[in-house]
Amino acid sequence: MTRLEEFSRQISRTRREFLRDATGIALGTAALGSRFARAAALPKNKKVVVITFGGGARDQETFAPEGQENVPNMLRDLIPRSTFFTQVVNHGILGHYVATASLATGAYETVNNFASLPPENPTVFEYYRKELRRPSSDAWVVAPSNGFNRIGESSHRSYGAGLGARVILPKHLLAAALSSGHPDYAHLLRDNYETPYFTPELAGGEFELQQLEDLLKLSVTDFKSHAETLSSPDELSVYIARQLMRQVAPSLLWITMHDIDIAHAGTYSLYVDGIRRTDRLCAEMWKIIESEPEYQGKTTLLILPDFGRDADDDPGGNGFQHHRTGDPLSRTTWLMAIGPGIREGLVHDRPVDSLDLVPTIGSMMGFSAAMSQGKPIAEIL
Amino acid sequence: MLPSELKPEHFGSYPKDARKLATDYLTVLRELPLSFVPELLREVIDYDYKFPAEQTSLKKELANLGHLSDSERRDWLEGFRSITLSPNLERFDWINSPAQFVEQLSAHLWTTHQLDAFRVAATKYADRLQAAVPAEEPKCPRLGITVIGEGVDFYEAPLFRKLRPHGAYFSRVVPDNGLKILLDAVSERAKNYSGSYAHWYIDGGEAAGHDPALTAVSYGELEPMRSALLERMHFELQKPGMGPEMLRTLMAQMHPADLSVKSSADPVLDRFAVKLLTEGSGTQIFSTSFAQWAAREALRRAQPVTLLVRFAPRQRQKPMSEMLRPSAERPELDPVGSLVDGDIGAYYNWLNQQRLPGAEKASFLAWFEGHNIAALIGPTVPRGTESSAPTDMKQLLSWIL
Repeated sequence: MTRLEEFSRQISRTRREFLRDATGIALGTAALGSRFARAAALPKNKKVVVITFGGGARDQETFAPEGQENVPNMLRDLIPRSTFFTQVVNHGILGHYVATASLATGAYETVNNFASLPPENPTVFEYYRKELRRPSSDAWVVAPSNGFNRIGESSHRSYGAGLGARVILPKHLLAAALSSGHPDYAHLLRDNYETPYFTPELAGGEFELQQLEDLLKLSVTDFKSHAETLSSPDELSVYIARQLMRQVAPSLLWITMHDIDIAHAGTYSLYVDGIRRTDRLCAEMWKIIESEPEYQGKTTLLILPDFGRDADDDPGGNGFQHHRTGDPLSRTTWLMAIGPGIREGLVHDRPVDSLDLVPTIGSMMGFSAAMSQGKPIAEIL
Repeated sequence: MLPSELKPEHFGSYPKDARKLATDYLTVLRELPLSFVPELLREVIDYDYKFPAEQTSLKKELANLGHLSDSERRDWLEGFRSITLSPNLERFDWINSPAQFVEQLSAHLWTTHQLDAFRVAATKYADRLQAAVPAEEPKCPRLGITVIGEGVDFYEAPLFRKLRPHGAYFSRVVPDNGLKILLDAVSERAKNYSGSYAHWYIDGGEAAGHDPALTAVSYGELEPMRSALLERMHFELQKPGMGPEMLRTLMAQMHPADLSVKSSADPVLDRFAVKLLTEGSGTQIFSTSFAQWAAREALRRAQPVTLLVRFAPRQRQKPMSEMLRPSAERPELDPVGSLVDGDIGAYYNWLNQQRLPGAEKASFLAWFEGHNIAALIGPTVPRGTESSAPTDMKQLLSWIL
């Protein structure tokens, strides 16, 4: 057993024990039921919403005993209704764009984390749209970071152009709505906490301002007014996601959270604030799913971080601030699945690879993810 | 170019002492793998601006590599030799730009999934080096002091939770003259155990009056350097093609003169300050990040026997709603958020101190400035204990000094 495997198992045991104590959930390995019975209960027109709990949160600030105060909504409202995987290991590059691209393709991407480049392998959106012949309106990405504008569509020659997801960058929209004369316009675009002074070039099929009104039925004035009541880019993302769900109702929706990555600035209080906000927004997203007629009763919500952050005891890092060492704590995360057909209150300890997400979504929605390197997660199918 | 082709003239651009060091150990450098030697040269090229503890460690490491037999050296560096490099890296000017090479090597290791193998090789090498050349014990038991919470009148949530299991927690400390008592104690140690860069005072705000014998760095004092750096960064980013890697490279190459800041009489400390701002993340903007990173780097590099760190309020992070309402006012401060930052900063200061030789004899004091709360760690302090008996700063110090 490698050091990473051993450490990942330790982390998963800690998470399991804590979750059992805190929420009374059961160990999943003893409770696997009939897949066919669950399949029979699944609704038609299934939808999937993925939230990446980004960017990078550690156990001790989330699911370890000392971190529970930061995730009260997930503990109270979501975990008892979910199947939870305690050991999701990311073996790839721990940069937010490239790691999220890997999650979305099911293959470890090696694209430059700070360049405006598409993933090299087909994305889950391309598999979905090509195989099931779905229109572009049925797969969407909402991401607060402008660096994620190419995440919806790969450069793969058998997929790629015209087959990907539509991408909304709410902060970019807001900046456009405010006009370039606004004094904080530039600040709004500088949202990459790893390189805070870098503004990537925008290219690709991003959502344009004029489509706010056409597609989302939202006037620029209303959008600006509402934005003024929000405290963070992730809140803006959830607001836009809700409009999108009401007006377009895509079957495959991917929301990338990013507030937590303020940790790169070295301010622990802001990092923890980001975790608390993301916890609240995840619970809010589930409430939206349960209340919107197009989603209610037929939507699976999958929540997982893209990766963790460096351990306090690794001298090569600086604790929570970065995710540069590649140590086991920064590679080991979790996955929560909620929705019809998903068993409630179960926890699974077995190792899951973060690449398993795409083939799992494929099995849920009825398409193959032929070039993915992962395997479907049987416990939630 | 490969290390085996190294010649004395290749080090012509190195500063004087660094050049001599490199040429003194040229035979050894020629025997090292390319995945290893630039990391070593990154230290060598800065030799003239290193603290005494770093210079000693570096010379000992080179001497150790020289004493190893060929087969021993192969065995020590086997993990590095198995790392595959790209042709671009092999062509890179790693002699004159070793830090930039190491940056590119890091990206290459991530991309080619060799990072874990490199970590194993590096850890194994460091463990063997530590065993073969143990670091020097300090002249006296180390003392770390961290003061947090300036400007906070009231705070209910528990503090020092991560430190408490390692020592005693006090809830009735008389705070009167606390900072002065601590600075006096540090000054006293500087008199009793003299040594260059052995006793430090780092302040996240304006430095309080202190003994000139202390090596002092403060966020307030570096304001002109910070402003110059931020202006330079904005200027560089306007240039076509400027990306994050280029900017990082540029910042890593900056010297005090590049920031148009008047040099002090201490070029080593000037260079240290520039590196805090150019290599630290968030140090240019948040004073709490600056104080924590400065303490980490001081401990790692200078290995002081005394370090007093005082966290001051940082500027408040603007919520998005405020960014949308323009204001010319100076940013407000966030004392409570800074207290939380300082709380984890105190823990990190202790962790970093305990990584140095003599950890078993070292002591540590963390105090909520102006309040009754403190945590004390030391060889004679019982772990995981709490005291609600009245005490004061002098008494706390008497238990660990």
